[in-house]
Amino acid sequence: MRRTPLYEAHVRLGAKMVDFGGWAMPVSYPTGILEEHRATRTAVGVFDVCHMGEVHFTGPGAAATVQRLVTNDVGRLENGRAFYTVACLPTGGIVDDLIVYRLQPDHYVAVVNASNIDKDVDWFQEHRGDDCKIDDASPRTGLIAFQGPRAEAALQPLTSLPLDRLRPFSFASDATVDGRPVWIARTGYTGEDGFEIFCDAQDAPALWDRLMTAAEGAGGKPVGLGARDTLRLEARLPLYGNDLDDDTTPLEAGLGWVVKLEGDDFIGRDALRAQQAAGIARKLTGFVMTERGIARHGYAIHDADGAAVGTVTSGGPAPTLTQNIGLGYVPTRLSVTGTKLSIDCRGKRVAAEVVTGPFYKRGKK
Amino acid sequence: MNAQYPDDLFYTKDHEWARVEDRDGGKVATIGVTRYAVEQLGDVTQVDLPKEGESVKQAEVFGSVESVKAVSDLFAPVTGKVVKVNSPLADSPEYVNEDPYDEGWMIQVAVSNAKELDGLLDAEAYQAFLREQGE
Repeated sequence: MRRTPLYEAHVRLGAKMVDFGGWAMPVSYPTGILEEHRATRTAVGVFDVCHMGEVHFTGPGAAATVQRLVTNDVGRLENGRAFYTVACLPTGGIVDDLIVYRLQPDHYVAVVNASNIDKDVDWFQEHRGDDCKIDDASPRTGLIAFQGPRAEAALQPLTSLPLDRLRPFSFASDATVDGRPVWIARTGYTGEDGFEIFCDAQDAPALWDRLMTAAEGAGGKPVGLGARDTLRLEARLPLYGNDLDDDTTPLEAGLGWVVKLEGDDFIGRDALRAQQAAGIARKLTGFVMTERGIARHGYAIHDADGAAVGTVTSGGPAPTLTQNIGLGYVPTRLSVTGTKLSIDCRGKRVAAEVVTGPFYKRGKK
Repeated sequence: MNAQYPDDLFYTKDHEWARVEDRDGGKVATIGVTRYAVEQLGDVTQVDLPKEGESVKQAEVFGSVESVKAVSDLFAPVTGKVVKVNSPLADSPEYVNEDPYDEGWMIQVAVSNAKELDGLLDAEAYQAFLREQGE
């Protein structure tokens, strides 16, 4: 199994390590997933996301190559700004979901899912245009997420960058934390305010220790993949491999807001235009369990008449809501708020009801 | 004294425990899951148990426990009729994590065949089994 630069730190903290797409990653630390979840919602959570991929696109043709690869409009990105997007196949199926950061007009960085790095780099290279160099910097790049309502207050003493001026989806590529060069981005995957801190892989262990001390001083904790999953599900952020894959399109997944069908051409645009014109037959739909039971990935979804209509793609407890929630693809007519469904929980039909929008939304500052 | 795996309990290789007491001329087994099971499960969020009066059969599924991450079956250490269910677990599944051998117990069963107990592990054999599994 591959290890991130923070492997020893996790072992020292007593983490339970698991195989995550070939990486040895912490699923939880000794106080458990629920406590880590709570710490992120109320204070700060510190996450090792060094396993994620960082792919650099440089050169005069960089913007054109990135635009060909992603569904969002690269032309609207400014230096120091980022957006969420997906890369599609010609069929409209999703290769990966990613965040694209613009450093310079001729330098973009895509942050991609760890389990997709090799596939993505191959796909990007295959569709690379003229005058663009693609460099997979993942092995030499560390990434630590620092998320929660107290993240800004806890991070500010470690950096001279005025964090209150860093807007969501903005980043600074010339910052330092504790004297080490980093990029600080106001991005994340928890539904909370927070930051993602990119660094040299060699600096990651020292930065982790420094960030952990700052977090603990604010009532925070290290957070493993278990709580990362419950946090993102409450915020209704999709997970590639569960809710998104090469058989689902961004329009079906409710990601139409990152698909610019009228903008410059990109791979998959024709298929997505055709799907849009024909009507989207199924949608990724959120539901809450209205009877006692927990939906899990792969469970069948039934309509009110008992007919099987879809499959759960993500499910579990929502610790902040003390409800059990899930996501799954169902026919569009059933994706309306209040629609009664049932989930086949290991042979037992448990009632559920469709809800739209995030299950959890943080309060305004 | 070993609070991780108390000496007065029987254990199964599926990580349940049974505390057996004499009552009304027969034997009653109180059943739960072990400290090891709890550590593997993580935070328990739901426990599904049979009702009083239902029967359970040794080595067969009698219920399930849902943690944040996954669902796991519970296997009965002994055969018999369920005489009591730890109903507070319905609202407080965290008892299983906090106190697996006491407040986190799950069901009590009137043991129908005391000979079945001979096939269960004692605390020492259970810990040897965990070591064999590389735990």
